Amino acid sequence: MATLRLLPRILRASRPRLTQSRSAGGPSSVPERIAEKRRAALLGGGQARIDAQHKRGKLTARERILLLLDQGSFVEYDMFVEHRCADFGMESDQNKYPGDSVVTGQGRINGRLAYVFSQDFTVFGGSLSGAHAQKICKIMDQAVMVGAPVIGLNDSGGARIQEGVESLAGYADIFLRNVLCSGVVPQISLIMGPCAGGAVYSPALTDFTFMVKDTSYLFITGPDVVKSVTNEDVTQEQLGGAKTHTAVSGVAHRAFENDVDALLNLREFFNYLPLNNHDPAPVRECHDPSNRLVPELDSVVPMESTKAYDMVDIVHSIVDEREFFEIMPSYARNIIVGFARMNGRTVGIVGNQPKVASGCLDINSSVKGARFVRFCDAFNIPLITFVDVPGFLPGTAQEYGGIIRHGAKLLFAFAEATVPKITIITRKAYGGAYDVMSSKHLRGDVNYAWPTAEVAVMGAKGAVQIIFRGKEAHAEAEYVNKFANPFPAAIRGFVDDIIEPSTTRIRICRDLEVLTSKTQSNPWKKHANIPL
Amino acid sequence: MAASLCRAAAAGAWWRGPRQRHLLTLQCAALHSRWCLVTSRTLYSAAYDPNEKTFEKLLIANRGEIACRVIKTCKKMGIKTVAIHSDVDSNAVHVKMADEAVCVGPAPTSKSYLNMDAIMEAIKKTRAQAVHPGYGFLSENKEFARRLASEDVTFIGPDTHAIQAMGDKIESKLLAKNAKVNTIPGFDGVVKDADEAVRIAREIGYPVMIKASAGGGGKGMRIAWDDEETREGFRFSSQEAASSFGDDRLLIEKFIDNPRHIEIQVLADKHGNALWLNERECSIQRRNQKVVEEAPSTFLDPETRRAMGEQAVGLAKAVKYSSAGTVEFLVDSRKNFYFLEMNTRLQVEHPITECITGLDLVQEMIRVAKGYPLRHKQADIPINGWAVECRVYAEDPYKSFGLPSIGRLSQYQEPLHVSNVRVDSGIQEGSDISIYYDPMISKLITYGSDRAEALQRMEEALDNYVIRGVTHNVALLREVIIHPRFVQGDVNTKFLPDVYPDGFKGHKLTDLEKRELLTTAASLYVAGQLRSQRFLGVPRISLAKLDVSNWELSVELGDETHSVTVSNNGSTFSVEVDGRKLNVTSEWNLASPLLSVTIDGAQRTFQCLSRDAAGNISIQFLGTVYKLQVLSRLAAELSKYMPEKAVEDTSSILRSPMPGTVVAVSVQPGDLVSEGQEICVIEAMKMQNSMSAAKSGKVKAVHCKAGETVGEGDLLVELE
Repeated sequence: MATLRLLPRILRASRPRLTQSRSAGGPSSVPERIAEKRRAALLGGGQARIDAQHKRGKLTARERILLLLDQGSFVEYDMFVEHRCADFGMESDQNKYPGDSVVTGQGRINGRLAYVFSQDFTVFGGSLSGAHAQKICKIMDQAVMVGAPVIGLNDSGGARIQEGVESLAGYADIFLRNVLCSGVVPQISLIMGPCAGGAVYSPALTDFTFMVKDTSYLFITGPDVVKSVTNEDVTQEQLGGAKTHTAVSGVAHRAFENDVDALLNLREFFNYLPLNNHDPAPVRECHDPSNRLVPELDSVVPMESTKAYDMVDIVHSIVDEREFFEIMPSYARNIIVGFARMNGRTVGIVGNQPKVASGCLDINSSVKGARFVRFCDAFNIPLITFVDVPGFLPGTAQEYGGIIRHGAKLLFAFAEATVPKITIITRKAYGGAYDVMSSKHLRGDVNYAWPTAEVAVMGAKGAVQIIFRGKEAHAEAEYVNKFANPFPAAIRGFVDDIIEPSTTRIRICRDLEVLTSKTQSNPWKKHANIPL
Repeated sequence: MAASLCRAAAAGAWWRGPRQRHLLTLQCAALHSRWCLVTSRTLYSAAYDPNEKTFEKLLIANRGEIACRVIKTCKKMGIKTVAIHSDVDSNAVHVKMADEAVCVGPAPTSKSYLNMDAIMEAIKKTRAQAVHPGYGFLSENKEFARRLASEDVTFIGPDTHAIQAMGDKIESKLLAKNAKVNTIPGFDGVVKDADEAVRIAREIGYPVMIKASAGGGGKGMRIAWDDEETREGFRFSSQEAASSFGDDRLLIEKFIDNPRHIEIQVLADKHGNALWLNERECSIQRRNQKVVEEAPSTFLDPETRRAMGEQAVGLAKAVKYSSAGTVEFLVDSRKNFYFLEMNTRLQVEHPITECITGLDLVQEMIRVAKGYPLRHKQADIPINGWAVECRVYAEDPYKSFGLPSIGRLSQYQEPLHVSNVRVDSGIQEGSDISIYYDPMISKLITYGSDRAEALQRMEEALDNYVIRGVTHNVALLREVIIHPRFVQGDVNTKFLPDVYPDGFKGHKLTDLEKRELLTTAASLYVAGQLRSQRFLGVPRISLAKLDVSNWELSVELGDETHSVTVSNNGSTFSVEVDGRKLNVTSEWNLASPLLSVTIDGAQRTFQCLSRDAAGNISIQFLGTVYKLQVLSRLAAELSKYMPEKAVEDTSSILRSPMPGTVVAVSVQPGDLVSEGQEICVIEAMKMQNSMSAAKSGKVKAVHCKAGETVGEGDLLVELE
């Protein structure tokens, strides 16, 4: 709280003094100069630009950090760094801002360490100079060294044009570190303003990209360039707004209402993650009894196998306190992925969503699922998979789009994962999609079937048509009787047990307890070659 | 009084026993048969004679709570039960409770619960000897009773002729008159001219009510207080009678000002014995549907009660009535009572009569149907204490006192831990409230040695009732039972529109209540924040503990922002709201749907419906749901820079206020509509709702067509 109260006072007080000393230009003592530089750094691009930032409905770089981190925990680095550009009048004192266009440092989120950079739009539109990039790289290097996540708050107009290639080099330095950090510490990007051109690739390389609705954009080239090249008329919002990226392109993982909402949600999200790839999935104090029965589940799957239901309902009722942080809730909605807790421990949830496109697997849902599964595997987060899948989506659109290549990603991800894997087949598990969805054959640790489960090569109708070529009238009933139930899989040991749905939570909690000491490794390799 | 308390308490155990066991049966189907055994032993004390043979197997031609209610008594009496159900109900509680179940058709009632052929088939197939029809559906259908009789199956209810006699409004009134039952003075027939209308009106005495005989309910009803208004009323009504119904007959009768709806429960056997089991006060209604009922009525003195009871019994005897029935009366402010109609079935609100008399009405119905004589004399019928029933509906009370809502009960917990509570329900956690059937969730009944105790229990029961996944009317129920007029017993059938002329708006918090709410919300927030820092077994937590002893918060409630400071010491929080200090203690179990909080020594029950990372908290307090936002002062300060999101202009769009079926769409794109003009009609739960334009304009797009099913909030029509 102290910081907050001080901040406006400093801002108010510093302005006249700053201009005074600048105009006087005379030499002052070192302590005075330190204080002066600090004051100037806190003010960023000056009060007028701060006001303009507020007017746009955005917070300043420092306000964002204050909200994101525990009160009083922020430790800032490189407050005195200035850009080194000497061209186009950039070398003049007026164009030097202590700290340049980014605020960097580390702090705590609910007591746990995090490294943060927050781009300052009030200084040269948050543009990326060599110094700016160097500051970011410094905290990334340290984050990897100590094993703590990196959170980037992006709000930048792009490259510092005046610096030319220096700026491009800066981007590449960051990209390299994004790649080297990948799978070592979680990296999160929160886009809170423009992020265009080459800059977009840093968020794209991180594990999660979140956006703020109405005030953030991500695109390779803006609407003007689009117009001149392809003659398309498109607004910023349509081209790269939060809606586009969370629902259409799948570039962003979730969008929030405004800066405050986004930062508070980011704190919540951070609590699900381990700090690095050596730490186990975090366990938070839990008030929800692990032996809670969920009677609701006994009737959740409709009698008719063609009728839809909401897999999210199942997830909510099983996980701790109905808390489910869904990732990409508006994209490829035929699969749901997200984080939840079981008896306090973070788990990754993957589930087919019968409510959307019957829960089939297609290109987008396979890619969405695969990326999530790989994140969980990289960071020791157990996977719980709910299966109700009628198969892969047929058709030219899918085949031409490369469903074979993309579907293989999800298969690859599940097969490769060595974290605890628990699978619950709620209804359909047909064809190749059954194999893909964390089946026993892909080293599923515990695989359950509900009494409503049907593990088969395909639906009865299709199967009978192939086997009997429509000649046999009773064949369908026979097929249903034989295969549209959990027994064929259970007698072969492909599911470990057929369980009452209401006991699912108890069973999962118990299994996770057992699986905490699971060790499993893949053969040595430089890296696997996932079908990209 | 002591004896009566014992009876009430016994009745309490009676009801809670089976419910709790029922929950167990859900966990394990194998326990099912054992449950029946245990149940019959528990209920042995409730006057069941095992030597009195009735039926071996009984089919319940109904669904939901009443089917469950009947099954319970059957189990007690050792009768095997058969449930019928539609396809969507195949997982319903009544199906699970019954020994056998037969699907009688698809979801629409006309194809399942009203499908006599299929039901007759089910009876034949299961060899049920008797049928209990419950209420609604086929309960007062003489054709059904006749078909059962022809198959030699016992109908648990009165004989066909009684159903028929009481089913006809005019005939029942005539019969009542002949049986010396007070009827509303009036005239029904062709009225020659306005002068004759005035003559009739004067004879009856003002005020009078005039309407077309053929019009049902209150449709086209006009009230006349003098000759002039009578002439006017005659003109309108005779026109309407001719044009709308093609039937010239008019009904002119005494208009009863501020009437109460009080009904007498009667019970008669096939040997000419009949009893009256006291009254039920059912005046709290919305759209002619009862919402809160109680027994006895605060209004009746013993004389009036006896007079009404004797007339009701007189009528029952006159039609040779057997089984349980209800005689409805309107009672005016001077305790004059007038016969309204007789319902020849078990009423929804029968439990309150059971609570104060100790009788099991379903059991008596079954006995009587088998031909046994009544076991009680009129003098044996007590009034033990007081009972209140609230009908808990899945509906939104903020929209004309209740528009139906649908959904899945994602969490459901009946307040059975509160003493002297009976809950009659036919649903459970996970049940669907669908558009096909009555949206009633349950009947919540409380009783006590006196009215104050019963009402106190009801408050507690409503506060402890967890219903999630559907909108419900608990807020309205709780407001009604604490309203000073209701508490004083000053009620009539227009209570709701009188008390809430601008519609129901939820509970209005007093200053103290507001402080309690803010305090709890802030404490809950802090409890959540503190818990967010408690990681188990992770060494990488800062050793330097966060130095937060005071949480300076800003809590938004409605359009007010309050500054709140919370400091905590274990599970006790010291909270300062707008300068006033309160001490709050609770377990702060963040997983529990119910939150028992002690604020400055006073115990309060809250329900936290949702909590999110951005500080939004929905809390149900005193029945009403309040939305709050709790932010640190820093976040609140910075929130003022956040852009206002554009609010949808609701005047130019029309959204469905509830789930239902579109019956008619009366506009097309391009049409000009004026404010208030009907745009389309939505039907839900047997109710047609006309949707009208909120402003004048041109229709831009129509997103629905007749016959379509729409969900709540679905866009129907857009104006330019």
